[in-house]
Amino acid sequence: MVGIITYGVYIPRYRIKVEEIAKVWGANASDITGGLGVFEKSVPDLDEDTATIAVEAARNALLRRAIDPEKIGAVYVGSESHPYAVKPTACTVGEAIGATPRMMAADYEFACKAGTAGIQTCMGLVKSDMIEYGFAIGSDVAQGAPSDALEYTAAAGGAAFLIGRQDPIARIHHTCSFTTDTPDFWRREGQDYPRHGGRFTGDPGYFKHVEGASRLMLEELGKSAKDYDYAVFHQPNAKFPQKVAKTLGFSQDQIKPGLVVPRLGNTYSGSSMIGLAATLDIAKAGDRIFVCSFGSGAGSDAFDISVTDQIESEDFNRGAAPSVEHLLKNPIYVQYAQYAKHKGKIVMQE
Amino acid sequence: MSVARFWRKIPQRYNLIGTVCKTCGRHFFPPRSFCPDCRRSGEIVEYKFKGTGTVVTHTIIRSASDQFEDLTPYALAIVQLDEGPRITAQIVCTPGDVKIGMRVKGTFRRIAADGASGVIYYGTKYVPDE
Amino acid sequence: MRDVAVIGIGCTRFGEKWGCSFRDLFVEAGALALDDAGLSGEDIDAMYVGNMSAGRFIEQEHIGALIADYSGLSTRHIPSTRVEAACASGGLSFRQAVIAVASGMEDIVVAAGVEKMTDVGTGASVDALAGAADREWEGFVGATFPGLYAMIATDYMSRYPLTREQLAQVAVKNHYNGARNPIAQFQQEITVDTVLRSSLVADPLRLFDCSPITDGAAAVIVAPLDRAREFTDTPVRVLASEQASDTITLHDRRDISTLDATVAAGRRAFKTAGITPKEIDLVEVHDCFTIAEICAIEDLGFCKKGEAGRLTGEGVTALNGDLPVNTSGGLKACGHPVGATGIKQVYEIVTQLRGEAKGRQIDGAKIGMTHNVGGTGATVAVHIFGV
Repeated sequence: MVGIITYGVYIPRYRIKVEEIAKVWGANASDITGGLGVFEKSVPDLDEDTATIAVEAARNALLRRAIDPEKIGAVYVGSESHPYAVKPTACTVGEAIGATPRMMAADYEFACKAGTAGIQTCMGLVKSDMIEYGFAIGSDVAQGAPSDALEYTAAAGGAAFLIGRQDPIARIHHTCSFTTDTPDFWRREGQDYPRHGGRFTGDPGYFKHVEGASRLMLEELGKSAKDYDYAVFHQPNAKFPQKVAKTLGFSQDQIKPGLVVPRLGNTYSGSSMIGLAATLDIAKAGDRIFVCSFGSGAGSDAFDISVTDQIESEDFNRGAAPSVEHLLKNPIYVQYAQYAKHKGKIVMQE
Repeated sequence: MSVARFWRKIPQRYNLIGTVCKTCGRHFFPPRSFCPDCRRSGEIVEYKFKGTGTVVTHTIIRSASDQFEDLTPYALAIVQLDEGPRITAQIVCTPGDVKIGMRVKGTFRRIAADGASGVIYYGTKYVPDE
Repeated sequence: MRDVAVIGIGCTRFGEKWGCSFRDLFVEAGALALDDAGLSGEDIDAMYVGNMSAGRFIEQEHIGALIADYSGLSTRHIPSTRVEAACASGGLSFRQAVIAVASGMEDIVVAAGVEKMTDVGTGASVDALAGAADREWEGFVGATFPGLYAMIATDYMSRYPLTREQLAQVAVKNHYNGARNPIAQFQQEITVDTVLRSSLVADPLRLFDCSPITDGAAAVIVAPLDRAREFTDTPVRVLASEQASDTITLHDRRDISTLDATVAAGRRAFKTAGITPKEIDLVEVHDCFTIAEICAIEDLGFCKKGEAGRLTGEGVTALNGDLPVNTSGGLKACGHPVGATGIKQVYEIVTQLRGEAKGRQIDGAKIGMTHNVGGTGATVAVHIFGV
């Protein structure tokens, strides 16, 4: 049965608070934190990018379980901030974890769900016996245009999931996707910052697709929200996942362990994957987890997951790599000027 | 640095691949194919360093070449890897916190880039190993 | 093997010489040396020129030929060779000239050094200088040249009793001497406070702990000792010419605070000359950074490891001390046109041994020494001179 063999997360240490950004633009911080439920977001160091974050997340995953890297047959990295437009992050990750040269690889883009798309691909390759293990990674150093609403939440971070068949710590029983052509949020080639349709990103965007994929899967499985212990939704802010959870019948307690956005921000391709990792950090054998990502453009990937007793076995050492909680602790706060320098928002002389 | 020259050393820069002389146990980084002690009787094989080590000496670079200027001030140190060889590397932490004897471990970072349109050079820096 | 003597010397003013090109510098120094020896170009049998990085500074290689050509010697078709060992290029150039004469291959040989550093911006200059260290494993990971010497300072100060003030005193002393040297780049005296208030470059080294970027050239002429009096009334004999190498990276050294190449070259030089450090009346050491002078004094054997700071603080190495170090002003105050420094050191010692160092003369100087280092100690050249 295909599932998650091991997982790892990496979150940069720097943070900026919403009120620090609001000060610069003359906005009202409590309106924003009140409206979004986000208080601070992660900021990459000057020498970090999507590739370095992806490598650290993958290496963290491999710290938890003894896997021969030569048996990793595929690496897919999903991001909207790949360091190169042409030259895959997946190659750098593959090299840095020792999986090259016998491996398949590609970079994915599907806004915030590029990483979960990678999970689905790996599932297919594993299920069809084409590979033994596949890494699906969602990593981003997300950009929000200065003074735009997205600037308050666009954060940096990544999660890596190793998919395989042998003794998974969590089985992925089912996955399905709901995809349409919806221009809710986009970035044209060569543009520095994304643009979005404002309130249009809500109902026709996030909610239609998350509800679409979620209901599709619940129908296909003949299940409902109460059949799950936990649920993780894509979290561009705290309000959207809280609202969609309610609509689908999930309680706030079910989504609590996976709701990291208030202290982390929206790590785009890392978002629902880090939420899933945070849930696995505290999960016990037998726990059932519902996951639904969302990527603008638009689409959602839903997953039905159950935790096995492998998560408590000797083969898997959860404590060997930092938990999401640990990565959120002891941040280094920066002010806007340093944040802008780190995010390349200051125009330097060539 | 040309693309070929950088690419040639990726195993060293990303994964700390060196060599070890199985005859005398001496480790080498960067890799050596010939043991200076055992000479012809040395059996040299590939070895992947753990990336853990101790700071031997250090400084804070405040004025750097163009490639590194936006990172200043940054901590630079000579680290003795646990297996024996010493390397020069950046330490990622508040520069003033680096101390002789501090334990460090490797982390994957951007070392430099060939401008905005050139290749990005990734490699290993070191962070405090709590 | 024949004995060798210096029969002529010449040196340009060191500094930021916007009006002088690389060729202008060399020609000026060469002409001064020829004049000093009473020679004309046709008397020269061979030339050696020390230059670290004309390729990076003025995009010019093939310096040996260029120098001979611009010295007006192209029709003489003499052998002219460029020698490179980073900051020790000059010292090595001198040694090659000595070997050529001592071996009997040549009679009258010019040993020159030249560097034109200001035709590129400071950033490019700093990057070119980083080539003296290991580009692959030091420069590429973010080490700068001052950064490497700063790490020597950090190591040294964690093990030996050297105070920040004693270290600064090295620069103060050298500026005092430089103010009495007409060719020195910096002619102003400074105080310990000047050093300690200057901006940090690489902790603990500050701006005034570091030698500057300089344009300059120097040339000396050597000949067999038994012919020296044909050219000069004040020949200065080369008593020893030694050179040593060590690992290119600082991190591969046996001991970070000891330049083993200095120790090796120094010991060989004293042995060849048949003397001990006590017989040395003055020495020009390679103070690319203040800490380098501290290590040099110890590594050459003038005192035990850890004592040079105290000696400096007590004035032992000052002009009027028992062991004057860097009467020229050193690299710090005289300036450091990289390839020229090793030859300038010879120029200073010869001037002193001839009794011609007005304003900074060491009375009764009979035996002098030069010490020239490449990189963080991967190459060292040591020479001893006597009258």
